Amino acid sequence: MMAPWDMTAAQLSAALRIASDEWAAREAEVARRRRMVSALLRGLVYLGAAATAFVLAFLVGYILVNGVPYLTPSLFEWTYTSDNVSLMPALISTLMMAALALVMAVPIGVGSAIYLVEYAPRGSRFVNIVRTTTETLQGIPSIIYGLFGMLFFVTALRWNLSLLSGACTLAIMVLPVVMRTTEEALIAVPDAYREGGFGLGAGRLRTVFRCVLPSAVPGILGGVILALGRCVGEVAALLFTAGTIAQIPDFVAGGAAAVFDSCRTLAVHMYVLASEGLHVNETYATAVVLLVVVVVLNAAATFAAKKMRKGSGND
Amino acid sequence: MTSGTMEREKTREAVGAMRTSVVPSAGAAASAGAAGGMAPAAMDKMVVSNLNLYYKEFHALKDVSLTFPENQVTALIGPSGCGKSTLLKSLNRMNDLVEGCRVEGSITLDGSDAYRDVEVNDLRRRVGMVFQQPNPFPMSVYDNVAFGPRTHGIKKRAELDEIVEQSLRDAAIWDELKDRLKKNALGLSGGQQQRLCIARALAVRPEVLLMDESTSALDPISTAKIEELVAELKKSYTVIMVTHNMLQALRVSDKTAFFLLGEMVEAGDTDTIFTNPGDPRTADYVAGRFG
Repeated sequence: MMAPWDMTAAQLSAALRIASDEWAAREAEVARRRRMVSALLRGLVYLGAAATAFVLAFLVGYILVNGVPYLTPSLFEWTYTSDNVSLMPALISTLMMAALALVMAVPIGVGSAIYLVEYAPRGSRFVNIVRTTTETLQGIPSIIYGLFGMLFFVTALRWNLSLLSGACTLAIMVLPVVMRTTEEALIAVPDAYREGGFGLGAGRLRTVFRCVLPSAVPGILGGVILALGRCVGEVAALLFTAGTIAQIPDFVAGGAAAVFDSCRTLAVHMYVLASEGLHVNETYATAVVLLVVVVVLNAAATFAAKKMRKGSGND
Repeated sequence: MTSGTMEREKTREAVGAMRTSVVPSAGAAASAGAAGGMAPAAMDKMVVSNLNLYYKEFHALKDVSLTFPENQVTALIGPSGCGKSTLLKSLNRMNDLVEGCRVEGSITLDGSDAYRDVEVNDLRRRVGMVFQQPNPFPMSVYDNVAFGPRTHGIKKRAELDEIVEQSLRDAAIWDELKDRLKKNALGLSGGQQQRLCIARALAVRPEVLLMDESTSALDPISTAKIEELVAELKKSYTVIMVTHNMLQALRVSDKTAFFLLGEMVEAGDTDTIFTNPGDPRTADYVAGRFG
């Protein structure tokens, strides 16, 4: 091809037009390819979302279809017999177990997270070690916790298979969950709030509890909900520590000593029924109730979080 | 006439114009002082002597000595990273919160050593601070202002009501907020939030007010409001402000200190610093030739 400086004006403008046409064609090609890729990616994202929603809907639907017809009043009798596999004792035990476990785990978890984020020197070795440890604990299978609970609470402390042994084991199991989520929630609170507090001459305690913690409450409650879910759904750890006796720990007759009664939670109850294989329909009905319990507890916690956020705003 | 002096002449004219237009009273006082050379002898509220500050190995402030006269506005100017905010934060010991920060030398408040003789929370009450970004707490307007007094033991509702109203009035925001005391402070505009933060700082009855680029996140109208406010506040408080806005320093401050790379290059009467600085680096900076 001729060099540009040897061309006449007409030749030059023709060459430029060709060049610009080529350029425009290439631009169009690139744009077309980009549109295709983005359409493809968008499709994949939609597919992922749809698959998730479908799996959940299918699961819930399947349980409801199989369980709801067998939800009879007799399933809510106060006592369990081998003929009438009432889920009432398990339902009550579940609530007791979860409450007891959270009462132990939440204060310790939130407290240690506050220490790690607000008090310990930032980036110190101790903090890093504790953080790694909690992360490791979070990854341990629940059966290991169950085994530990059996050896320590049930055998060594002679608490036997009991509500207390089970709750303590669950507390240890969900402690890292509470700790990590609280830590994240506290870290997410802007330093400006801390500076504001300190700048007004408030000490660390007041700054943490009045300026920092209120903004972290929703995040902390998220962690509590997560922990609650794990408590309610746990089977393996409880088989070893709380046992499978379908009874309500009798605090009325036995007083505080009832914490040493063995009991089964809904999840354990389901496991036992399913493994016996004699009451498959009732197992599905129990699953429906478990589902409802989880949804109700979650809704309650979310509601509480909203209430608290509003409260801190309008106090 | 050399170009340097010509430029200085121009700046001087500009100074005069700006002072009279924006803050008439301060302008009048300053020009009287400049003309007669008889600036009112003010007491030094805070004195910094031979201050050296280190962040771990980094020497952030090098042998800084500076006085802050009572009931005057002192502006700290200089390019980013020159140590002016660091100095401000060491005045109320906010630097204590920074890991690896070490302070040598002395800072006094009314003659007593801020690092030895004064309890840190009491120091921070007496030396209040307004930050660069407005940082109201996520609670109501009322609770924001009442936070400080409550911290320092005032519990009675009537007393708190009075402090809240007075502080909001002093921060020139009472009329805007008096019907919204129960509303969440995060719903206010940036300028309102910043004046709320000033009110919050005033509510503990401080003696000194530190302002760390407190208008840099605000629009010009809010900035003007806060500048007017500062002119008003210096009647009862000693104000020390860090600013990147040279014109702002010129408009509101009585005294200016220029910092460069951790050193204080020079300090003095604001008019002198801007029109007849002793150091060529100051002259270059205030004329906008670098930084």
